[in-house]
Amino acid sequence: MEFNQPAGDNMFDDSKVVGKPTHRIDGPLKVSGQAPYAYERHDVAEGQLVGYPVVSTIAQGRITNMDTDAALNAPGVIDIVTALETGEMPMPSDMNAAPLFGGAEVAHYHQAIGVVVAETLEQARAAAALIKVDYEETKGSYDLEAAWQEMREDRSDPVSRVGDFESAFEAAEVTLDQEYRTPSQSHAMMEPHATIAQWQDGKLTIWTSNQMIEWNRQALATTLEIDPDDVRVDSPYIGGGFGSKLFLRAEAVLAALGARKAGRPVKVMLPRPMVMNNTTHRASTIQRIRIGAQADGKITAIAHEAISHTFPGGAGENAVDQTRRFYAGDNRLIVKHLAEMHLPEANAMRAPGEAAGLMALEIAMDEMAEKLGMDPVEFRAINDTQVDPEDPDKPFSDRHFVECLNRGAEAFGWGDRNTTPGQRRDGNWLIGHGIAGAYRGGPAMDSGARVRLQPGGTLIVETDMTDIGTGSYTIIAQTAAETMGLPLDAVEVRLGDSDYPVSAGSGGQWGAASATAGTYAACLALRGEIAKKIGTNDPESLTFENASVRTGEKQMTLASFAADGEIVAEDTMEFGDFRGEEVVSTFAAHFVEVGVHVGTGEIRLRRMLAACDAGRILNPITARSQVIGGMVMGVGAAMMEDLAIDKGRGFFATHDLASYEVPVHMDIPEQEVIFLDTLDPQSSPLKAKGVGELGLCGVAAAIANAVYNATGVRVRDYPVTLDKYLDQLPAA
Amino acid sequence: MRQFSFERASDAAQAAARAAEVEGAKFIAGGTNLLDLMKLEIETPVHLIDVNGLGLDEISATEDGGLRIGALVRNTDLAAHETVRRDYGVLSRALLAGASGQLRNKATTAGNLLQRTRCPYFYDTAQPCNKREPGSGCGALSEGAFSRQLGVVGTSDSCIATHPSDMAVAMRALDATVETITPVGMTRQIPLAEFHQLPGDTPEQENALMPGEIITAVTLPAPVGGTHAYHKVRDRASYAFALVSVALIRQPDGSGRVALGGVAPKPWRSDEADAELPNGARAVMSRLLDGARPTEENAFKITLAERTLAAMLAEE
Repeated sequence: MEFNQPAGDNMFDDSKVVGKPTHRIDGPLKVSGQAPYAYERHDVAEGQLVGYPVVSTIAQGRITNMDTDAALNAPGVIDIVTALETGEMPMPSDMNAAPLFGGAEVAHYHQAIGVVVAETLEQARAAAALIKVDYEETKGSYDLEAAWQEMREDRSDPVSRVGDFESAFEAAEVTLDQEYRTPSQSHAMMEPHATIAQWQDGKLTIWTSNQMIEWNRQALATTLEIDPDDVRVDSPYIGGGFGSKLFLRAEAVLAALGARKAGRPVKVMLPRPMVMNNTTHRASTIQRIRIGAQADGKITAIAHEAISHTFPGGAGENAVDQTRRFYAGDNRLIVKHLAEMHLPEANAMRAPGEAAGLMALEIAMDEMAEKLGMDPVEFRAINDTQVDPEDPDKPFSDRHFVECLNRGAEAFGWGDRNTTPGQRRDGNWLIGHGIAGAYRGGPAMDSGARVRLQPGGTLIVETDMTDIGTGSYTIIAQTAAETMGLPLDAVEVRLGDSDYPVSAGSGGQWGAASATAGTYAACLALRGEIAKKIGTNDPESLTFENASVRTGEKQMTLASFAADGEIVAEDTMEFGDFRGEEVVSTFAAHFVEVGVHVGTGEIRLRRMLAACDAGRILNPITARSQVIGGMVMGVGAAMMEDLAIDKGRGFFATHDLASYEVPVHMDIPEQEVIFLDTLDPQSSPLKAKGVGELGLCGVAAAIANAVYNATGVRVRDYPVTLDKYLDQLPAA
Repeated sequence: MRQFSFERASDAAQAAARAAEVEGAKFIAGGTNLLDLMKLEIETPVHLIDVNGLGLDEISATEDGGLRIGALVRNTDLAAHETVRRDYGVLSRALLAGASGQLRNKATTAGNLLQRTRCPYFYDTAQPCNKREPGSGCGALSEGAFSRQLGVVGTSDSCIATHPSDMAVAMRALDATVETITPVGMTRQIPLAEFHQLPGDTPEQENALMPGEIITAVTLPAPVGGTHAYHKVRDRASYAFALVSVALIRQPDGSGRVALGGVAPKPWRSDEADAELPNGARAVMSRLLDGARPTEENAFKITLAERTLAAMLAEE
């Protein structure tokens, strides 16, 4: 069915299951170690061998020779596949920028150039170390600062221009012109990339860990030059992705090639020290923001210009995008530069664009409020807009950003903060408070599902939707239960298999709104089937509740319709163009309290609070988990995460979890999440939008602003580590 | 990981003799560092001698009123030991600032002293590292390298790696001595101050142990009293190596001892710097970090060391 007009009053407005706090139904499996993750699926294919990746040790150049003799003769080794032997392979998709495997060219550090297949992991790993590779190394480019200096004044091809920014900025009573820097970041999800591959009669099955089943089925078929119908992808449980598992990655290709050559199933996991340079990352950025305002705080001019590095042909980090729409202002300039570098491929990481962009913009807003002598909450509120500032005829579908600010400020006790930086102490700790706004799009993608009403009256939902730890299993079950009038435990959800209908998948925080809509569509189709059995053409006349169907005085159990065999229905929710007639987005305000040690500069968070506007909250428990998880990621972005670039050799030097630090429990304080009671009929039949990326957006800036409020030292270069302000702290 | 043979030792002298006899042999106890390094082929022993059966897991009083800590005492047990907590508080605090609960349960006293640097260039076998592969160069000192975590003092043109231990920093402040047994059955007493060696031109040579020589215990002199503190500064609140750590023992008259971690290839302390303690943190650090040669990225460690000590002195 098509979602081609705003949702009217419907069953979800009087819901019994959707929107209710529900613990994730896959939780017990996960905490008891019974949810099978890709690398542990020992039962799916007999005689599994282990493949160990061989990766390039230069950043740029050509392989001239690979000597595999010693490795082939090593104990337990079955076979070896090298990039020289396969030659160049077709790019898997236009969403991949760097080649995954094949050919002599080395495009980045730790590019996969071979796989050793052996009986055990230890044997494969030991043999892989015996392979000698000769290279012709060429010099790559790795210096973003140098590229920025070259492109900084080039505005010849702006993303957008509205009004006359330069004149308005010149004329503004109060102005800000600052640069901000964000580092490259790694997804650092708990489960590394892993795949088991098996060939049978020319058909390939992979058991893998991936966010987008259909994209990956197509991509794998494309790069292997086989028929997509001969590829099956299965990924029921995913130990985090954050965008790292959106697109086909090398380990799946290595497993497939290894299994084909060895004639047995092969499993490959990327060892953690290879993940950072072999896969993708969020690109580092340099951002210049200029804001001009009237003395009353109204923004009259705003410009956001940014550069990021990108793999040649890739997209880099779109850090300027949110600034097109977040705040009002008649004169606007948006410029995005890409610097092609020979680092590993920059690609999507949780809230691509906004996460990095808001790290800069929301410090700029804080700085501007201070220049204006205004409360930063108020400054943001008076520059709220209910229409797209670039196209004032286009309204936001449902925007309550000001309410986020006000509700959050009240709950947080924002009014009690110290407004003069560096003036509040608690023993050795300088205490500061910070706020930042958050903006993230609310996209939806077509999403299909199949539902099977069982003879016993239970319902099975099948869709290739994925649950990357987000709660998809649970909200899909809630949606099906609601639509069919079933209790939650009568619904079984099956995900992540390419044999199921194609769904939206998980990415861009579109999964929840899209996949529940697809489930709803399939359930309506099933209601239609049941109506036919009752003999009516009007399913709307039927009431589905208490596991029964009621029509007039007549009531029958759902089970009775399937008594002679299951009833199967399938449909896809297609999102019509009308959705784009308004701006569908999500909003939040983040508040934090920090302590900064006056002597050492160590930062300890004391409190965090997020107030979120994201339409109907399908499940307050899993949604809250998404938001607090995003907040944790924001703590990492603010305080520690840095894929440090070795600019001489062109690789990320911090390529393990000892050197690429992410927050630990002790870094995370009390977290509070407030969801506004909002509905967005323009977004989906359930009037829902995503929250998974919203939770991250703005968090880092709120922390940076709090550190400024605590210390009086403004750091514009993330992560906000003590070396950047230590010498400016007062004497202990 | 390369293939290796394995044996269990039950006697320290025999273990030392075996280690000297088999070329490429290494001892293994908790394995919290060695196993990781073997997986990455940074360490490639051909033979492992498991020393977990040697006993050596007692903490006992010495005749001169000090403490003898067996080489195999686990970090968790050492940190929790009543005498350590009461009389050698800096040691307990340093131990608890290191690693994680799980690692401390496995890690041993001797193994902690022998752990290898966490320099990212040491850890990536594709990169040059004089410590891992003598003569290959220092990746961390090359143009454009990442050196924020690395050493500022006691380093050389060959190597700027730091020693990662917290425990050793506290033991250095306590004037600990390392007891060993050599392959010919001789015992040696090596002051901790002389145990770890500066890199010079031979960063691969990290300590004073002879081939096969095995640590049997660490002894601490009689308690020196005073107030004990250990402040470890890092980018996250737990489970990270120190940017800078400061072990401080301070007497009521203002005298005392200071040792630093995170800045040098060994726990860093000097008598001259200790003598400046009554004159404050700046006076101590200008002595202790005299001759420091930081990189642009880690010069902050000098400021940080001074400010951390100043904060500790202000707290008492």
